[in-house]
Amino acid sequence: MTAETTATMPKPRITSTERTSAFWEAASQGTLLLQRCGQCNHMQHYARPMCVACWSPNVSWEAAAGTGVIWTFTVVGMPGHPAWRPDTPYVLAIVELDEGPRLMTNIVDCRPDDIAVGQRVVLRPTLQPDTNQTILTFALASNE
Amino acid sequence: MTRPGAAVVGVGEIAPRRTTPGVTTLEMIADVSRSAVADAGLSRADIDGLMVGPQVGETPQHVPATVAEYLGLEPTFADIVDLGGASGAGMLWRAAAAIDAGMCSTVLCVLGNTRDPQVVPRSPNRNPIREFDVPYGASGANQAYAMVAQAHMAQFGTTEQQLAQVPVKQRANAMLNPDAVFHGKQITTNDVLQSPLVMSPLHLLDVVMPCGGGAAFVVTSAARAVDTRHRPVHLRGAGEKVTHRALSQAPQLTTSPLAPAIADAYRAAGVRASDLDLLSLYDCYSIVVAVTLEDAGVCAKGESGPWLEEADISIDGPLPINPHGGQLACGQADLAGGMTHILEAVHQLRGTADGRQVPGAETALVTGNGATLSEEVALVLSGAAA
Repeated sequence: MTAETTATMPKPRITSTERTSAFWEAASQGTLLLQRCGQCNHMQHYARPMCVACWSPNVSWEAAAGTGVIWTFTVVGMPGHPAWRPDTPYVLAIVELDEGPRLMTNIVDCRPDDIAVGQRVVLRPTLQPDTNQTILTFALASNE
Repeated sequence: MTRPGAAVVGVGEIAPRRTTPGVTTLEMIADVSRSAVADAGLSRADIDGLMVGPQVGETPQHVPATVAEYLGLEPTFADIVDLGGASGAGMLWRAAAAIDAGMCSTVLCVLGNTRDPQVVPRSPNRNPIREFDVPYGASGANQAYAMVAQAHMAQFGTTEQQLAQVPVKQRANAMLNPDAVFHGKQITTNDVLQSPLVMSPLHLLDVVMPCGGGAAFVVTSAARAVDTRHRPVHLRGAGEKVTHRALSQAPQLTTSPLAPAIADAYRAAGVRASDLDLLSLYDCYSIVVAVTLEDAGVCAKGESGPWLEEADISIDGPLPINPHGGQLACGQADLAGGMTHILEAVHQLRGTADGRQVPGAETALVTGNGATLSEEVALVLSGAAA
């Protein structure tokens, strides 16, 4: 716990690279892109120059269905970054997609008390006002 | 894995404190290095190996050369170990391997850092965590350990009350350690549960207190160790496993990479959990001790909650854990915090744990944990040579 200034600090912008920019462009259109290996069919998130299962460089983008389950989560009371203080309490979760890969995300439009490990979720992207960038958040499938 | 015949022959520590005004990291390293070498009954000229850790902020690069020059050493082997909280444990078996390989004969391993609560050193990252975790408000370590705890509770029914037994019982142990930041400050289960919910299910008192401080130890061959001041403490087995950096990429949540690392360390040492007299377990969060107890085979997978409720982990109990109070009671002096688990085991195994000696302790398991149960090292130490 650190004594940082409590002034409203803007959220930092996403730091995409030449390889990952397509991921964030698709995100702005509401699509979650994964990589599929042309050699062994392994699906992975995030983008790399090769498949982590077989090291084939033959990887290509493929849209995910945008469905999965909550692998684990936490309700954040005291965030690690001061820019998220006004958002507390918020739900941070790792979602396991039906295609297999997992990713860090937020569960939005929910009451934190309603969240549990194993619940089904669907992609519900959020446009962050601070950055004017779209992040790939999820919502409980039961709320759809 | 391999079992080079090496021993820890000297230790030094600057007790953790909340702030370290007026001193630099290099000054702390000098202080603690001198005490460790003196404790071994050796001198500067005996040190021909040096292992240091990363120093965010003060010395971003060329750390071994910077430290060697500052200490007046000219080592034939100099290296940096960057395994977070496992750096100290990682140093010990690397030092043993370097000695075994003929790269040097006596290694100084040292970690330290200053702390000013007003200054939060943030590395300018450009890596996958920065790109794919930070935009969701997932900064720092608390969130990842909270998610491991949540998964453990969902899978096994572990409760917040059970996890709270780790800080409660370790604070009780620290009643015998005047150097602990929380010496004399016993807490109850209710205190833990009523402390602020940092990230569910972890409360403030489940989380380690960041401090400044330093720690060092000296490693030499078993043959040379016989001429040193104290009873040498031998490295009997070691294991290491690194699987991920971001928690979303971890192979699993409720079994950590410590499981294979500990299995390797046991195998090399020829011991099993029931042979251990002492556990010196890395404890940045209550959940880490719970998972480690299971991964070490002290209790079955998923049963650490009930085990922690029942267990007497004091020096009078059947299997003491962190008699010094662990980092949860002592405070975490950055990377040196992890090294204190080696120092405590060394004191216990050679009989110099003043006021908190575990009677007849011969064999100890020491663990180190870095990042988010990502980079793990296990050591089996013993007062007896192999």
